[in-house]
Amino acid sequence: MIKQIFFRLIVRPVLILVVGVNVRRRHLLPERGPAIVVANHNSHLDTAVLMTLLPARLLNRVRPVAAADYFLSNPLLAWFSRTAIGIIPIRRKGDDGDPLEALRSALDDEQILILFPEGTRGEPEEMADFKSGIGRLAMQCPNVPVIPVYLHGLGKILPKGAFLPVPFFSDVFVGEALVGGDPRFDADPHRFVEFLQDRVTALAGEAPKRAWD
Amino acid sequence: MITELSDHVFWTLVAIYGLLVMASIIVGVMSKIRPETDFSELVARVKTWWVMVAVFTLVMVVNRNVSLVFFAFLSFLALKEYLSLIPTRRADRRVLFWAYLSIPVQYFWVFDQYYGMFIIFVPVYIFLLLPLRMILVGETRGFLKAVGTLHWGLMVTVFSISHLAFLLVLPDAVNPNGGAAALVLFLVGLTQFNDVAQYCWGKAFGRHQVVPTVSPNKTVEGLLGGMITTTVLAVVLAPRLTPFGHREALMAGIILSLGGFVGDIVISAVKRDLDIKDSGDLLPGHGGILDRIDSLTYTAPLFFHFVRYLYLP
Repeated sequence: MIKQIFFRLIVRPVLILVVGVNVRRRHLLPERGPAIVVANHNSHLDTAVLMTLLPARLLNRVRPVAAADYFLSNPLLAWFSRTAIGIIPIRRKGDDGDPLEALRSALDDEQILILFPEGTRGEPEEMADFKSGIGRLAMQCPNVPVIPVYLHGLGKILPKGAFLPVPFFSDVFVGEALVGGDPRFDADPHRFVEFLQDRVTALAGEAPKRAWD
Repeated sequence: MITELSDHVFWTLVAIYGLLVMASIIVGVMSKIRPETDFSELVARVKTWWVMVAVFTLVMVVNRNVSLVFFAFLSFLALKEYLSLIPTRRADRRVLFWAYLSIPVQYFWVFDQYYGMFIIFVPVYIFLLLPLRMILVGETRGFLKAVGTLHWGLMVTVFSISHLAFLLVLPDAVNPNGGAAALVLFLVGLTQFNDVAQYCWGKAFGRHQVVPTVSPNKTVEGLLGGMITTTVLAVVLAPRLTPFGHREALMAGIILSLGGFVGDIVISAVKRDLDIKDSGDLLPGHGGILDRIDSLTYTAPLFFHFVRYLYLP
């Protein structure tokens, strides 16, 4: 309920006004769960934009995967992240238990995960190497479609460490879905991650060159 | 509160919708006769014209303040598009924020009918403020380019476009034939009509390029054909929408058609410099906002000062 109100009354209008997103191949985005949307990560806006691009009726099933050490760091942020955004918190460090378990059960429940395999927002408009977790998850759930997405320009609006959003137009490039069970990956999570990163990099090639000067 | 439209404004709007219906029919018939040719861009363009004309009609008839907010929003979208296209320095984020803030302030002067401030705010105060704000950031590499491109963009997207808004707040006494709203309709309608006319004449008879290095599609035939058509239409419409006599109407027609042409190729030069085709894809079939209002960035200030000089007491 809070999530619906937050997205309909605040997130959507602000994104339409401040961001203005051009989406290429929107039809490739998932229309039902389970699915994993994978994107490069530069800004807090990334999650908000991806969540509003998916059909509104799915909003309650869309779950961004987020770092527990950041988003659960204080009670207010934790409440907001869980209630208004609906994150699935995972631990970036430490090895008490299987960090992917919560993700698998969400997928079993036909939810849609939003996952940023770079693991952090990093330098604005630069892509870091993908972590291996997405590969292992794809191998464990070999039939779940993984949709690569490249986000361009959002790191200019609200880069890491900035409080003041500055309006720019931005672009979203959606690619064809892959599945972990595809024989060309030979059940090798690293091969999957490598292939996925290449796909996102290829999508980045479509973007106009308008990062920072 | 609904603005009362004068009869002539009303019938001009009806005529514009008539033109749209005609355009839709022609495009529909053409795609029927020649199914092998791809008309999808033309279809998208006509469809977008419908939306743009509908939005324009709506904001013009509701009331004056709604129109001012709409023009301010147009400036905002145009500036956002411009800043998304040009390379900007990361250090300038806060400077860009100030540049955006100039929009509500500039349109407040319009709302306040404070002409003295309206006409100098961007060219003087913002011109002096932005370099100062950049210096406070402290990044000198690329300083001149950053401050130059930013101010040029503000002049085009905020200062020029706000002349449309100020035309709307001129006292109705300036124009006994329909008031300020009729002048805005005359300006916007003829500027857009001229774009289409030059395009059509160029498509049909275009041979000799005017500015081959900037825009290979612009031809002498298109320019002259468009100018003549637009000027004739200006003379026909002037007694219905403006205070102009025949001679002034003729001059207005030339100002609008020639100014529109120049505005168009100036934005073309910017796009060529940045190596892009369209300024955006907000308007299917047209490109971005800047692609649509390029001509207005020249015609709005030129026409405004033409009217002001001749008719304001």
